[in-house]
Amino acid sequence: MTSASPLPHPAASAAPPLIAFRGVNHDFGQRPILRDIDLAIGQSEFVCLVGPSGCGKTTLLRMVGGLLAPSSGAVSFAGKTVTGPAREISFMFQDYSKALLPWRTAAGNVALALEAAGLPFRERGPRIAELLYKVGLAGHTDHYPAQLSGGMQQRVQIARCLAQEPSVLLMDEPFGALDAMTRQALQDEILRIIATSRTTVIFVTHDLDEAIYLGDRVVALYPNPGRIAQVFDVTLLRPRNQLTTREHPEFLRLRRALFDFIAEGET
Amino acid sequence: MKLAKAVVVPAALLLAWEFVMRSRGIESDSLAPPSQIAVAFVDAMLDGTIPRRTAETLRAALGGLAIGGGSAIIASVVLGLVPPAARLMQFSIEVLRPIPAVALIPVALLVLGFGYRMEIALVAFACFWPVLIYGHSAITNIEPQLIDVSRVLRLTPISRVTKIVLPAALPRYFVAFRLATAVSLIIAVTVEIASNPQGIGHELMAAAQSLHPDLMFALLLWIGIVGWGLNSLLLFAQRRLFGAAGAAVSASP
Repeated sequence: MTSASPLPHPAASAAPPLIAFRGVNHDFGQRPILRDIDLAIGQSEFVCLVGPSGCGKTTLLRMVGGLLAPSSGAVSFAGKTVTGPAREISFMFQDYSKALLPWRTAAGNVALALEAAGLPFRERGPRIAELLYKVGLAGHTDHYPAQLSGGMQQRVQIARCLAQEPSVLLMDEPFGALDAMTRQALQDEILRIIATSRTTVIFVTHDLDEAIYLGDRVVALYPNPGRIAQVFDVTLLRPRNQLTTREHPEFLRLRRALFDFIAEGET
Repeated sequence: MKLAKAVVVPAALLLAWEFVMRSRGIESDSLAPPSQIAVAFVDAMLDGTIPRRTAETLRAALGGLAIGGGSAIIASVVLGLVPPAARLMQFSIEVLRPIPAVALIPVALLVLGFGYRMEIALVAFACFWPVLIYGHSAITNIEPQLIDVSRVLRLTPISRVTKIVLPAALPRYFVAFRLATAVSLIIAVTVEIASNPQGIGHELMAAAQSLHPDLMFALLLWIGIVGWGLNSLLLFAQRRLFGAAGAAVSASP
């Protein structure tokens, strides 16, 4: 902890949380999925959810996205209970091959979000160009998803999410299917993009290193049923760097703590 | 080269047929040598019989296809998106579907009389089922994540159908229409042979009954060509329309 200067913690401040889970339980039929989830997430916070399969990470994310209602308890956004998808909350799916429309080009896929938002046709073109430029796809506007690599397809999805101008970005293992190099490039891309906005991010991942590298807080969950086991505060400086951040003693300390914790949970 | 190989067997058979008929001096009311069939074909083409009869058959077949297939698209979207409707209709569909369209010829004749109306109605009945069944499964098999995408983006129900559901199901609908096109031709010709005094089927029946085997075989050959031509046309259109999307489906892991 010596050289890391702790950032003021958004959730610790007096401001009410942007997103809050209160006594959330969920069951699929007879099977309990989530138990007693209480979690508050502040404005502009980057929270990573980690835990083994079956701990309900994705279920939590779908609740914030309004795709799923909890069996009991409530999820609130900006003080109101979430009852369905909201314009301010955008959702990035893990499987890019199933989240993009294969019959639309990169530009067409981004356009879908603008069409849904009712943006006049004339204003769409420049907006699409700007968004695709932002995610580094300026030269691929007219390519179909099948003509793009996995990383590029995921960039299209990022652009489509940004087109919504969300204040909350929900990401469900977005880089899980990508190779290591692409993955690191996209991690930095996401950090760069959200650094300029005040976007709040909830990021689900299997990868503990990724969680520490990206997050302000890492929430570790136990499986069967999913419960919050422990919350780790990440005090590493921003902007983060793939080399120096990952070599930082605090990074290594957190990494060790999380790995020990997960190993403990498995025994 | 490929074409030459494909033609070898039929050409040899035709030659043998011609040779046997001529060498034995067969005079038949039910069989004609290929040379006479070819002459009859050219004559029927030139005097306008084949073009006129073909137009009649195609009008009935494609009209029925449009009505039956079109209403099946609407029905399948409703059944696909409203599960209670599918459960409600399941029994009726399973009872009605196995009825052979040709078994309805007497009913259609009684209600609608001779002509296009009864033929189109029967073709429409026959074409309705394959498009309904294929379309319904196409809609229910749409990638659930695409539906999630449409929910997260808050598309209106109409946009959801026009921008996500129908484009995603379109390739399967096209396959259903190809099947239904073949069905439409079969039913149209069958109805013409059985009762309706118009179209290629009727001409074929008339040729057989007036003991003109050459014309009969010429018409048979022509029906084959028309069916093959329609299917090739649709295959070509399918490749042109869904080439990119088809590649996308096969390229995704």
